[in-house]
Amino acid sequence: MTKMPRWADIALIPLINLALALLVAGIVLLFIGQNPVEALQIMVRGAVGSTYGWGYTLFYATNFIFTGLAVAVAFHAKLFNIGGEGQAQLGSLGVALVCLAVPWPHWLLALPAAIVGGAVFGAAWAFIPAYLQAKRGSHIVITTIMFNFIASSLLVYLLVSTLKAPGMAPESARFPEGAWLPSARELFASIGIEFSRAPLNVSFLVALLACWLVWLLLWRTRLGYEIRALGHSEPAARYAGISPPRIVIIAMLISGALAGLMAVNAVMGEQERLLQDNVLGAGFVGIAVALMGRSHPVGVLLAAILFGALYQGGAELEFETSVPRQMIIVIQALVILFTGALDNMVREPVTGLFLRYGKRKPAPGTPAE
Amino acid sequence: MTSMSKILGAAATLALSAGAALAEPGLIIDLGGKFDKSFNESAYTGAQRWVEETGGDYVETELQSEAQREQTMRRMAERGANPVVVLGFANASTLEKVAPDYPDTNFVIIDEQVDQPNVKSIKFAEHEGSYLAGMMAAIASETGTVSFVGGMDVPLIRKFACGYAQGAKAVNEDIEVIQNMTGTTPAAWNDPVKGGELTRSQISQGSDVVYAAAGGTGVGVLQAAADEGIYAIGVDSNQNYMHPETMLTSMVKRVDNAVYDAFEAAEAGTLETGLEVLDLESEGVALAMDENNEDLVTEEMRTAIDEAKQQIIAGEIEVHDYTETDSCPVEM
Repeated sequence: MTKMPRWADIALIPLINLALALLVAGIVLLFIGQNPVEALQIMVRGAVGSTYGWGYTLFYATNFIFTGLAVAVAFHAKLFNIGGEGQAQLGSLGVALVCLAVPWPHWLLALPAAIVGGAVFGAAWAFIPAYLQAKRGSHIVITTIMFNFIASSLLVYLLVSTLKAPGMAPESARFPEGAWLPSARELFASIGIEFSRAPLNVSFLVALLACWLVWLLLWRTRLGYEIRALGHSEPAARYAGISPPRIVIIAMLISGALAGLMAVNAVMGEQERLLQDNVLGAGFVGIAVALMGRSHPVGVLLAAILFGALYQGGAELEFETSVPRQMIIVIQALVILFTGALDNMVREPVTGLFLRYGKRKPAPGTPAE
Repeated sequence: MTSMSKILGAAATLALSAGAALAEPGLIIDLGGKFDKSFNESAYTGAQRWVEETGGDYVETELQSEAQREQTMRRMAERGANPVVVLGFANASTLEKVAPDYPDTNFVIIDEQVDQPNVKSIKFAEHEGSYLAGMMAAIASETGTVSFVGGMDVPLIRKFACGYAQGAKAVNEDIEVIQNMTGTTPAAWNDPVKGGELTRSQISQGSDVVYAAAGGTGVGVLQAAADEGIYAIGVDSNQNYMHPETMLTSMVKRVDNAVYDAFEAAEAGTLETGLEVLDLESEGVALAMDENNEDLVTEEMRTAIDEAKQQIIAGEIEVHDYTETDSCPVEM
């Protein structure tokens, strides 16, 4: 046995990371005079204790699935796309333009159009850094993060000028009723189940579909193979006749399109109009989600739900107790830190333990390697 | 899988025990922060006063971004908070969408009108109070130039500016009024550094009285005025105490009273929805006079202001409201 069993790699390590993060968060809470057990209870109850909690948890999770997949696809090509935030903002613009341009008769027509709008705008925003990386060698990390600021300023500019609705607030007009996505409440009501008013909507299904399509792309298509080959070794990929610039650009376009799709959930599903900061950091959370999910669509899905729960639970914690807002960000940041950045801190000792344990007594059913 | 279903089961039990609704009022503090020394803080003070006087309890939460408005409002309503008080015009479109979902909950919005059967809209006659502030500024000014620093460039803030300019011109027809806005997004409510810069630039153009209607940004304006030794006029809360030597007065907008009254009316079950305008007559807007500025306020100012106030209330002076026409009759 030379490595850990798969279940340990996929499930055990993230759980240990999460437990450590919660432990440290608990100590921090103790220092500011709060009861960590009570705080955890409030967070769990707030996130998954009611249909309202689930509605928000899965709503946030939908955002994180899209941004997480975006980061994951780029990771496979060894590209670190930290521009999910900006690509999602441009995606919002695309979705909003599509929704506002046509008096949509029915959401079934509006949804595919909005998906195209969000994906095209997100991909276009990722194209420029991708081109610069592929052809000029400008580092993708630097360019994508700079593009986040440009996207944010562009949106602000449009919202105080051309897209601004009458009234005082910098926001676009509300989308026509035909472009409102059915919420979970309406969907569940049609089969006779009572569900709270929460922004969870059909985009969650789109997100699940996206997970499957990404899996299909990466492991069942030639393009996916080329992306992964490039990520493993550029010289080998080149030797095999793969053109690195082409793959870099394609991988980033897919990544940007996935990030842009987030807007279908946030802008079309919830806000129903274009607001100024509608992404709420989901682009960055996507990085943690992809890291924790080991860049696999199933992992991304599970990690996104965990982060959705953390967001919703954190919001409840802020609402129910006097834990200051900044503290909640600290807790969320600790989870990101432990699951993302400090992954190896846990991985190596655990792998070591498994190797020693595995030598003495191989687990039954484990094939010898 | 078993452990997962255990967790879910435990969560469900918790949920069952936590279903009780509360009938406390709720307050959503807007962007810019609870202690902005201005608009939000005034609302907070009103809520605190209600707690002290009635021993009641209320739920409060602070917004961090535009996109949180909807969830925050819904969470308040879901938890049974009643009424839910939201601060500022930026909430209008969200409230328009959320209020119909909770017909049994009353909402109170300050600074903007939302036409829903369960929403009470409270607006202030800021132009009237600003008119008086403008008069005071014009009397105090020696250079013949006074200035205004606004927060976010919206009709509401232009309403302040326009009232101020009208008041100043009523005292001195030839006075010059400089107007600057901090920005076009909600970030402009919380940018004291830029507020200070704008003030310095106005001073270099000759202004010797500055009026800030800019939320948290105003702190920088008042500080710059104090540093440069010119008069300043605060807004929303009574800010006279911040720089007693240079604070001429504050155009107080009684957001605290509005919140207090809403809480109290809700408790008594007498909260009336619809539009309410708080003006000079109902003391919804006023100039703050206290021990901090008594040395700065001259007898001339006092008489002029009292007289104008009575005339406005009686309808003899009509102060133009910028938001009615989206224009200002006097030049700035």
